[in-house]
Amino acid sequence: MSTVIYAMYDDDHVLLEGAKKVVAKGMQVKDVFSPFPVHGIDDVIGVRKTRLAICAFLYGLTGMTLALIGMRYFMIVDWPMNIGGKPNFDLMQNLPAFIPVTFEFTVFCTAHGMAITYFLRNKTLPGMKAKNPDPRTTDDKFVMEIHVDESKEAETIALLKETGAIEINKKAA
Amino acid sequence: MHHVEADIREPLILGNKTYHQITEDVCAPVEGKAGKMWYMVFSLAALLALWGVGCIFYTVGVGIGVWGLNKTVDWAWDITNFVWWVGIGHAGTLISAVLLLFRQRWRMAINRSAEAMTIFAVIMAALFPLLHMGRIWMAYWVLPLPNQFGSLWVNFNSPLLWDVFAISTYFSVSLVFWYIGLIPDFATIRDRAVKPAAKKAYSIMAFGWTGSAKHWNRFEEVSLVLAGLATPLVFSVHSIVSMDFATSVIPGWHTTIFPPYFVAGAVFSGFAMVCTLMLVMRKVLHLEDYILVKHIEYMNIIIMLTGSMVGVAYLSELFISWYSGVEYEGYAFMNRATGWYWWSYAAMMTCNVVSPQLMWVKKWRRNLTFTFILSIVVNIGMWFERFVIIVTSIHRDYVPSSWNLFHPTFVDMGLFLGTIGIFFVLYLLYARVFPVLALNEVKTILRTTGESQLKQLRAGEHITVAEGSKH
Repeated sequence: MSTVIYAMYDDDHVLLEGAKKVVAKGMQVKDVFSPFPVHGIDDVIGVRKTRLAICAFLYGLTGMTLALIGMRYFMIVDWPMNIGGKPNFDLMQNLPAFIPVTFEFTVFCTAHGMAITYFLRNKTLPGMKAKNPDPRTTDDKFVMEIHVDESKEAETIALLKETGAIEINKKAA
Repeated sequence: MHHVEADIREPLILGNKTYHQITEDVCAPVEGKAGKMWYMVFSLAALLALWGVGCIFYTVGVGIGVWGLNKTVDWAWDITNFVWWVGIGHAGTLISAVLLLFRQRWRMAINRSAEAMTIFAVIMAALFPLLHMGRIWMAYWVLPLPNQFGSLWVNFNSPLLWDVFAISTYFSVSLVFWYIGLIPDFATIRDRAVKPAAKKAYSIMAFGWTGSAKHWNRFEEVSLVLAGLATPLVFSVHSIVSMDFATSVIPGWHTTIFPPYFVAGAVFSGFAMVCTLMLVMRKVLHLEDYILVKHIEYMNIIIMLTGSMVGVAYLSELFISWYSGVEYEGYAFMNRATGWYWWSYAAMMTCNVVSPQLMWVKKWRRNLTFTFILSIVVNIGMWFERFVIIVTSIHRDYVPSSWNLFHPTFVDMGLFLGTIGIFFVLYLLYARVFPVLALNEVKTILRTTGESQLKQLRAGEHITVAEGSKH
């Protein structure tokens, strides 16, 4: 049987130092809940850098391609219009006039594609139930979540107290 | 972790604040009851808004013949108001995106409200081209949709269509950027809410935010990328708005400096509006510890800088109209300054070129009353700038027999004042239900910019951020 231990801190720097000590002992910090991003925690507890930016780039590429294909079809292939004698027979020659919309549509797709991916990956959508272990973690408390075997429970709690945790809660996993 | 802070840095958060105190201070307006002042201002705004809505219905029902437009002056207050509102809508994203990229910590106190202002201002702006269509129910024709008119597409060579794409992209991206930042703050309010209805509402709006390390990791990446995207977007939007004029062949509009000149003007008026709103808000919502004189001073410096850029643009425009040797250009500008509409040109020059120069005096730019008056003067000036550009350029046609003036009707005035009313109704509602300060972002700068924390840092003591902390 393993136990889930929640160690609460009231200072982000104390939590960070605490996490370092816990990790040094060979234990794994499952997650950290905080009211704002604690800088430096990702490397300590092994949170990998998100690949959202790569997604964003791909969405942008898609948007740009769609905009150019669309405008070429509308303005060059399907219904060429003579507007002030501007070139209406060739995408490359008409390109300067298409740049603003290409840019806007690229940004549009990048931003919204990234935002939707962000919500889906976080599993945060309208009306979803909050899963933070303690409501105070969105105010001024920082919680470290550790999963340990029941036999090691007392030892872990002692270690966490030593690192400056102000409150320790546990529940069966 | 040793942090070094230069001695000349002033604190950005006053008083002996802790993380919890920040939550308390920012949530107070949301959780408490509205004061008498709020109801008074809200009633006034609602009254104006009602007049505006009435005028909107009248315009849609009867047609835009109820405006003062005539055959010569076929763009007037409508487009003036449109450009004015879009311009105001520029400061929010500039503060949240550009200042984020430059790592300006003072943005944290004002970005939320500035962005709210942007969103409401862009909504007001979008109303005018929609109403100008006359048959607003045909508004979907601006989109490239398959159709039965011989498959007639929208014209992608036209700046008016670029504008459709620019404004809708700007609006929706700003909205998403704003909302993503709001989610952790909604979670804070959700976790504190006592009343079941409020708890339910904020739970829905908080999207189940937990604040786990992985979520924050993604949050920071999204904020950075969106800021990177929004930065060129801000500059593109008003550039494209300016092309509505610059790509035409009307003397006074056909100017290559329009894009940068419009962007500078937009930032100028946007910051002025932020100043107007912040000065009232810090007082009414008791945020004097977070929105400091220093913040106002920073904004005033930006107003001074962009005001000077606008001034240079006005003068180069004037010079080029003479230097180009084009008779029509020369006349257009001569007529602006000395013709029938000289007073609007004079108002524009005084409010936009002369008044921001007063900000060179440190004592004045740190004076709140002075700033408040000046911020309103700037926005009056920027309204006149658009009026001057639009109306004075077209009211003297090439053929003197078509010369005309513009007389606004009560509907024109009702729409303009009405949008100001609707804007303030939205903004006042926002101030009651949304966290007006990005509270979770403010917490990240407490350690380095809080007044008592800075004192501890400089004294080499341990920095306390928690209440009754033993550490």
